[in-house]
Amino acid sequence: MSTLVIKNLQVSVDIEGGTKEILKGVDLSIEQGSIHAIMGPNGSGKSTLAYTIAGHPKYHVTGGSITLDGEDVLKMTVDARARAGLFLAMQYPVEIPGVTVQNFLRTAKTAIDGEAPPLRPWLKEVKESMTELRMDKAFAERNVNEGFSGGEKKRHEILQLELLKPKFAILDETDSGLDVDALKIVSKGVNRAHENTGLGVLLITHYTRILRYIHPDFVHVFVDGRVAEEGGPELAERLENEGYDRYLAPAEA
Amino acid sequence: MAAATTEGTAAPTTTIEHGNKAHSDGGWAATGGSFVPVQTRSDRFKSTDPSEFPNVEGFESEWKLTPLKLVSPLINDTLDGSVYEISAVGTTPEWIDRTDARIGSTGKPEEKASANAWSSFEKALLVTLDSDEHVDVTVTRSALGSAARAAHTIIEAKPNSVSTVVLQNTGSALLSENVEIIVGDGAQLTLVSVQEWDDAAIHVASHFATVGRDARFRHIVVSLGGKVIRLNPSTHLIAPGADAELFGLYFADAGQHIEQRVYVEHVAEKTKSRVNYKGALNGEGARTVWVGDVLIGAHAAGTDTYEQNRNLVLSEGTRADSIPNLEIETGDILGAGHASATGRFDDEQLFYLQARGITEREARRLVVLGFLSEIVQKVDAGELQDRLKLAIEAELQGVSA
Repeated sequence: MSTLVIKNLQVSVDIEGGTKEILKGVDLSIEQGSIHAIMGPNGSGKSTLAYTIAGHPKYHVTGGSITLDGEDVLKMTVDARARAGLFLAMQYPVEIPGVTVQNFLRTAKTAIDGEAPPLRPWLKEVKESMTELRMDKAFAERNVNEGFSGGEKKRHEILQLELLKPKFAILDETDSGLDVDALKIVSKGVNRAHENTGLGVLLITHYTRILRYIHPDFVHVFVDGRVAEEGGPELAERLENEGYDRYLAPAEA
Repeated sequence: MAAATTEGTAAPTTTIEHGNKAHSDGGWAATGGSFVPVQTRSDRFKSTDPSEFPNVEGFESEWKLTPLKLVSPLINDTLDGSVYEISAVGTTPEWIDRTDARIGSTGKPEEKASANAWSSFEKALLVTLDSDEHVDVTVTRSALGSAARAAHTIIEAKPNSVSTVVLQNTGSALLSENVEIIVGDGAQLTLVSVQEWDDAAIHVASHFATVGRDARFRHIVVSLGGKVIRLNPSTHLIAPGADAELFGLYFADAGQHIEQRVYVEHVAEKTKSRVNYKGALNGEGARTVWVGDVLIGAHAAGTDTYEQNRNLVLSEGTRADSIPNLEIETGDILGAGHASATGRFDDEQLFYLQARGITEREARRLVVLGFLSEIVQKVDAGELQDRLKLAIEAELQGVSA
């Protein structure tokens, strides 16, 4: 059983004329197999946490630690983190012209496993996952994210999640821009991966909508770069009814 | 590829007056002391006699981006214009006399190296395409040698013929040549010129094409090997419905100069052109030049044109020039636009691939291959397409992570 532990994480980004501190000491511990929702208003640092775990060069860690089963994640390159079992489903995946989905998936699978997957079972698996995600066959021959609709991009992220079988997946606002049908399909995909591989999930979202389909074990509320409140699924319900106002308004006397 | 991007689409009513004043780079004086610039591309001086061109000094806009010292023998020296060895598959080329009516039917030299070749060749190589079932033709030159020489080629696609012609160039060369391409009414011709010369080869070429009524012409320039390659294709869309796609793919290594000056003239109404050149540069002194001129003539109502150039810079010490020009003499067109961008790797693309476990080196390889494959995919000769992929892979061996 793997554990991802984040301790007192402080992260800044470069801005014009200096740096800006975004995460101000985040503590979080995720067991493999559990589902954590990270909720919070815009600008609270949710996405910064996601990209920092994945190792995006834009984010500078100024303090604290991230460890995966005791291994220092912050010392790993971006690709080494992925090979160690971390996966980030991105909110705005970029286009890679001239690289087909088929080629990309196989290259990534080979990189993660350290050897090329046997062709026939692999093609079968890709086909099955694509069918489950209601993706057309022709999808595999298209270039990565090129001309994809918002919904197609999200499905493609979840397709990778299912095929690459990481230990932990960070879903960065995977629900944004999805209609209810697409949201159900994508959520099913996440739940399948969770059941089949014991995936640990860090579900980052602004809204509670996706939590109707992916049921979190824990909910963390992010405000201004810190965890302001933590609890079980009931906390999400409370946020559904009350919103984030009570965290943002000055404390009552 | 975000850096230095310019994108433009001219509104149909816009008149662009490029070259309406002398540039600070001079060169106008060289055309005879007059300070009146050439107003339009079609008015450029043309002659098959090199002595009618002024001496090339190196600051002319036509030559200033070219390593003149290296190409100078092709401009100024006597060229060997004798018949040379070729091998051909799918066709039996003929050597025809200079008096043949087809010679000069598509255009005339606009610069001195081209005129030098034109005045020097003894016989022209003729490739005739007349089958209305698709034929694949390959003409290979691999033994031109390193003495300065001239060549002249005529490729005639008869009306309604369908064909793919590959001009494959390997070995050593110090060559100035003209290639005339006659695309008859209703013909479909794909012409692929592949430059995989030896490292020291120097190759200056002008291609002249005329495209007839409802004909489709696809011209693909693939330049990978050679010290200097300067290949300037001109295409004239002379009858309604003529359609041209001009593609280019180039990879300049350290010390390599690859240049292409593309010219498309929309002469007749309802003609269409697309120009797309993509290149990669890697290593100290890797140098590329792309100039794209499009002229929409006064009678070319309904023209639809778009040209673009993209360069991917893989290391320090490289330089890519990219200069699109659009001249419009009629406002009654469907569309006209151009785009040019030169930049380094997109860090977000690398991050995305690496976040899926792919190493940085492999991620760069994928991005470059992907970038260039858009053009490789246009090469419809299956075997050649596979071979080009391998050739690009080989070029990438020199790219550091």
